[in-house]
Amino acid sequence: MDFTLTEEQRMAQQMVREFAQKEVAPIIKQQDRDQQMAPFILSRMGELGILGICLPVRYGGQGMDYIALGLACEELEAVDSTLRVVLSVHIGLNSLGLFQWASEEQKQRFLTAQARGEKIACFGLTEPGAGSDVAAIRSSARREGAEYVLNGEKMWISLATKADHCLWIARTDPETADPHDGLSAFIVELDRPGVRRGDLHGKLGMRAGSTGWIALQDVRIPLENRIGMEGEGFKIAMSCLDNGRYTVAAGATGLIRACLEASVRYANERQAFGRPIGRFQLIQQKIAYMVQSYDAARLLYLRAGWMKNQGLRNTRETSLAKWFATEASFQAASEAVQIHGAYGYSDEYDVERFLRNAKGAVIYEGTSEIHQLMQAAYALGYREDASLRCELPAYDPQVWQTD
Amino acid sequence: MNIVVCVKQVPDSAAKVVAEGGKVIWGDAPLVLNPWDEFAVEAALMLQEATDAEVTVISVGGESAKEALKTALAMGCGQAILISDPALEGADSRAVAQVLAAAIQKIGNVDVAFFGKQAIDGDMGVTGAQTGRFLGWPVLSLASTIKLEGDKLVIERSIEEGRQIVESSLPAVVSVSKDIGEPRYPSFMGIRKASRANIPVWTLADLGINAPTPLVRWPDVVNPPAREVKTEIITGDSPQQIAEQLADKIMEEKVL
Repeated sequence: MDFTLTEEQRMAQQMVREFAQKEVAPIIKQQDRDQQMAPFILSRMGELGILGICLPVRYGGQGMDYIALGLACEELEAVDSTLRVVLSVHIGLNSLGLFQWASEEQKQRFLTAQARGEKIACFGLTEPGAGSDVAAIRSSARREGAEYVLNGEKMWISLATKADHCLWIARTDPETADPHDGLSAFIVELDRPGVRRGDLHGKLGMRAGSTGWIALQDVRIPLENRIGMEGEGFKIAMSCLDNGRYTVAAGATGLIRACLEASVRYANERQAFGRPIGRFQLIQQKIAYMVQSYDAARLLYLRAGWMKNQGLRNTRETSLAKWFATEASFQAASEAVQIHGAYGYSDEYDVERFLRNAKGAVIYEGTSEIHQLMQAAYALGYREDASLRCELPAYDPQVWQTD
Repeated sequence: MNIVVCVKQVPDSAAKVVAEGGKVIWGDAPLVLNPWDEFAVEAALMLQEATDAEVTVISVGGESAKEALKTALAMGCGQAILISDPALEGADSRAVAQVLAAAIQKIGNVDVAFFGKQAIDGDMGVTGAQTGRFLGWPVLSLASTIKLEGDKLVIERSIEEGRQIVESSLPAVVSVSKDIGEPRYPSFMGIRKASRANIPVWTLADLGINAPTPLVRWPDVVNPPAREVKTEIITGDSPQQIAEQLADKIMEEKVL
């Protein structure tokens, strides 16, 4: 079993690390204090090709593999979680969903511009009254001739006010026996009449990012904007989550690493009782757990990425990686604050921001509780993954790297 | 137009470097493209974009120096060549310069050879000038801007006294300062090309020269003696008083 990264993967990771450390790290604390997303981030990430890192060149992407996506997420979140959220929604939830389920014509129309960073993508599943309970979604899509008429409101949508395209899940059939079967997926261009959106502030963390709501009132979209078939919306949304969760798992791994590095630095500098605090065993214990978490989280997300590269269904493995890494990152951040003592409690240091950001990740993209139910269901034999009509394409460097 | 960039692979600047057994070691710290050479690559690529030139990146080193070459390829250099020969073990900068000059001549029709200001391991900072001497080309150092005007190269040098504009005919050697601008990141396309690149290796035989005899040898390398530093903070009621006390102490301890 070869655990080494390829040269391409290592160089890609290094490039994203340099971008994040040089261009974002110096300004991120202020952005977090101001609760504003820095205006250059989306365009710069687009310019550098990061917004299309794991999509084929012929769809405007960079032709790298799913592991490169994970590595990029790890590097971005090591600076701030909001950077990685961009990839979670733009690539993970939206673009890879199109890559898996959209028709060729739809890929040309939407995916190519997204991969190039010319259009920004977001994902509209969650509603004020429906988070974990996806079947309770009330947004509707009524078919009228050659159009659908969409009504509804989505909330807690990352990049809501920045995005051009939204992958929107709505109910096309209110009469299905199982409410999951009444959902369909659409691409909504957010400059259509009837679209209103706004930002949400006052979040505990993720303050340097953009989270908002989108409301549709009688928004008309052509039939050609429906992704997949009517009634496939739930399956499509779950596929999207498989990829969004992967980026969250990889990102949380980067957050653990950031907590570890900050804690090691501080433990070597801070003196108490006549020596660096790293010499005390209870501090060493905290560091040891962070190391353990980092290595384990990293292997879990890399395995999920490897499975995606192979074209293997990875719902369970991705869920496991996300659940583990996010819980571990929250713990690591809490201990990092503790190691820093009173200074950790102040925003003069980064660790309090890591802690506030980490709390978001155990809630979104499947709460830890949802993932526990999933893992138990797999283990107890209550749940099995049936094959899908459209599977996520395996990585093929030949095909992906030629026009 | 033909451009060559000469680069070196060195230990990462964050590496902990110690002397052991008369040699310098850096543990398992990674080897990287010499940071000053990144500016040289950037300068070469900027000139390429302005003039539609070909850029070849070359390095004298072991097999691992291919990593540094690949970084330069990923930044956008068109091709790379490694010059490697066991007889070059222990070469000093003059010997390296002689080898680089031979390689540049072998490439042929080269108009500009770029160098970084210095390598962060040896810090000699003269290899560019020495190479120019072997080639018989003018050497323009500390370039902060570079322009091609007709058949002349015009550079602005960042020197201590200020800025100096220098003109030269081609071919010429140019060493580059940080003021040239931030080196670009490797693009993903560059990364893909670089990882697939087949980098030819030239030996001294390919260059048609013998191993130059180094004039500078490093017979032994030792760590500086560990010093214990005691810090005394001078206090007082006013800056004036503190300064007086400090002055007294300096005289007392015969520091000056």
